[in-house]
Amino acid sequence: MASKIGVYVCHCGMNIAGTVDVPAVIEAAKAMPRVALSKEYKFACSDPGQEMIKQDIKAHGLDAIVVAACSPLMHEKTFRRAVEAAGLNPFLLSIANIREQGSWVTEDPAKATEKAKAIVAGAVFRAARQEPLEMRSVEIHRAALVVGGGIAGIQAALDLADSGIPTTLVERQPSIGGYMAMFDKTFPTLDCSACILTPKMTAVGQHENIKLMAYSEVESVSGFVGNFQVRIRRKAAYVDHTKCNGCGMCMEKCPYKAPSEFDQGLSQRRAIYVPFAQAVPNKPVIDPATCVRFKGKKCKTCIKFCEPGAIDFEQKDSVEEVTVGSIVVATGFQPMDAKKIPQLAYGRHPEVYTALEFERLNNAAGPTQGKILTKDGRVPQSVAILNCTGSRDTNYHEYCSRVCCMYALKYAHLIKEKLHEATVFDFYIDMRCFGKGYEEFYRRLQDEGVRFIRGKAAQVFGGKEYKAIANAAGFIDGLEDHQLVVQAEDSLLGKLIRVPVDMVVLTPAVEARADADEVGRKFLVSRGADGFFLEQHPKLAPVSTTNDGVYIAGACQGPKDIPDSVAQGSAAAGKALGLIARREVEVEGTTASVVDELCSGCKCCLTLCAYNAISFDADRHRSSINEVLCKGCGTCVASCPSSAIKAKHFTDEQIFAEIEGLMSM
Amino acid sequence: MSFEPRIVGILCNWCSYTGADLAGTSRMKYAPNVRVVRVMCSGRMDPTLVLKAFQEGADGVLLAGCHIGDCHYISGNLKTLRRIPLLKRVLVELGIEPERLRLEWVSASEGARYQGVVNEFVEQIRSLGPLDLEARRLPATASAS
Repeated sequence: MASKIGVYVCHCGMNIAGTVDVPAVIEAAKAMPRVALSKEYKFACSDPGQEMIKQDIKAHGLDAIVVAACSPLMHEKTFRRAVEAAGLNPFLLSIANIREQGSWVTEDPAKATEKAKAIVAGAVFRAARQEPLEMRSVEIHRAALVVGGGIAGIQAALDLADSGIPTTLVERQPSIGGYMAMFDKTFPTLDCSACILTPKMTAVGQHENIKLMAYSEVESVSGFVGNFQVRIRRKAAYVDHTKCNGCGMCMEKCPYKAPSEFDQGLSQRRAIYVPFAQAVPNKPVIDPATCVRFKGKKCKTCIKFCEPGAIDFEQKDSVEEVTVGSIVVATGFQPMDAKKIPQLAYGRHPEVYTALEFERLNNAAGPTQGKILTKDGRVPQSVAILNCTGSRDTNYHEYCSRVCCMYALKYAHLIKEKLHEATVFDFYIDMRCFGKGYEEFYRRLQDEGVRFIRGKAAQVFGGKEYKAIANAAGFIDGLEDHQLVVQAEDSLLGKLIRVPVDMVVLTPAVEARADADEVGRKFLVSRGADGFFLEQHPKLAPVSTTNDGVYIAGACQGPKDIPDSVAQGSAAAGKALGLIARREVEVEGTTASVVDELCSGCKCCLTLCAYNAISFDADRHRSSINEVLCKGCGTCVASCPSSAIKAKHFTDEQIFAEIEGLMSM
Repeated sequence: MSFEPRIVGILCNWCSYTGADLAGTSRMKYAPNVRVVRVMCSGRMDPTLVLKAFQEGADGVLLAGCHIGDCHYISGNLKTLRRIPLLKRVLVELGIEPERLRLEWVSASEGARYQGVVNEFVEQIRSLGPLDLEARRLPATASAS
């Protein structure tokens, strides 16, 4: 047991010292058992702070250290390194969290001080019983997995592969490209989206270090940092892609059609299809929901026209397992279903469009070859773009979706460019143009004559519907049945306004994917209150997660535009690469082990371990734990009726002592 | 002087401890009565740890782990979920109100939930009054002698 404990209480500037009476805590610590010295410091984590601890360990022969400061999740590693540098085993350090769980959450200085003393006592009592432990070294598998083939995932995969790391890229859809592939232009530079994206897609498809698994999904992930075993299910395409030469005859001849997902249902695709012309891989899949052979009919069109004989209706899903050292999750977002806001008339009136529908309508490769036309083929004379469809709205999503203001400006510009005579209204709450060149773009659009109306659109009426309910005050001269009326409060005029238009474009909120919960659980990545994946630290570890070796990039972490998604893709790849470059990683040796003399061989523990780390030696009639498989959760420890399993660094004695300490003040 | 409950909180590292930290970084104020022990998983929450806390003078014990389905160690919280009702029966046998022990699920993003849970539990223990095990032990000792 340690007998010379050093206690260091950090001021953290005023973060702790502003509420906690640090000198009083120092005095209290001096009276605690086995405390040899007790000191305060302004910023214990600073170099001189750490140096002081190192010097004291050497000068006074301290054999355990307590640092009362911020959360151990913040600086335990920092102080472990410091004590290790002074020759002490890093596990002889104990952190008293008096900031996050003390000074920051308590208003009353007297109570905050009292709590801080108790927390320090807990740490001191615990520190006395801590034992030296060794770190375990684990080899890192030199390979990476990227999940999601949108722009963030593409960027991450290319960066990893360019660095020579064998990379598997998994994409659920038949082609990579994500939402960016659907866009016509990108803001604020008005680059053609396809022109900048497709070269990257092609590079992925041709890269010698990338194994592209499109039309596939990650089924399960096991293992840990450096050694993840990932099972990937490749969905049956009913086309042998090793034989298919991508000629496209099958798609031309297939007689059965379904609404195109890529064109947001504004055009039709065949039962055998590639989502879009520049798809990577450019090999078709057969959609069993549309193909009549899956309904018992005997169509053979695709088989007949496929020269290489690639059609294979016997194909089944296949599962592959890959082992990787690190994982980048870039699973993206989904736009909110605009039908959830019924007063905006989406789904009721044909001329109310979602942003993605408008992207396709405006895209040269889209259903109208880029002509902005109403569904009955007219050229709209006026278009209203409604911002914040479900964003910044406590009924739907409290947060700002970050991209809508800018793409609304882009739409306004593109409409003006194509239809010189058209009037464009942009209904907004606040115009948020924060990026490089964004504010300038906004100013340009003001010069182009877009009518900006500061007010959130409250309701959209069909022309006919409006005429039936409007009173004399709301009468709109010349309103036609096929038109729409947008009602809003112009908050600059303080007046209710009703604007007749030919077309309405909504900007549905960027939201976490419906299955984010399930995906998060697979990769052990937690989610924030908004549903998006949670980074390890919002400022200092934006692409790391609490699961070592798993990184997040792009809009799965929160609404993001293309430059930010690309930056995060590269950042996550850099982190993944940095990990792999270390070749081996040290993991804490805080596993469980069986004390042979106490084990009665009851086998209670065997079924409890979620990692199958416990086995039973029938000859010796004892359980034993494989410390390579053990994750150190302690479930078996808590359940052993003979107290024969010891959780290293979390032993009964250590926790009992901590409780004694906490209750001693 | 009014009664200030002394409560031991045992929190799992991945969800509840992180959630409690989040309440701190978000500067949410809550009752200072809970003193926290960090364990890696709620699966480590051995009944003896709870009994030890009561023995050392805690008026209440708060256990918190990841939500069901979200356990960092797959299923540790399920084991604790099953353990606690049994432990509460033991507490009754010992003359300790089972309401003095509470099991909660608090995720890493639920700082506000942690704040609410702590405030509510502190008030509950305040209304139950001090545990004062010494005073409760007397009749049992008398019948034994």
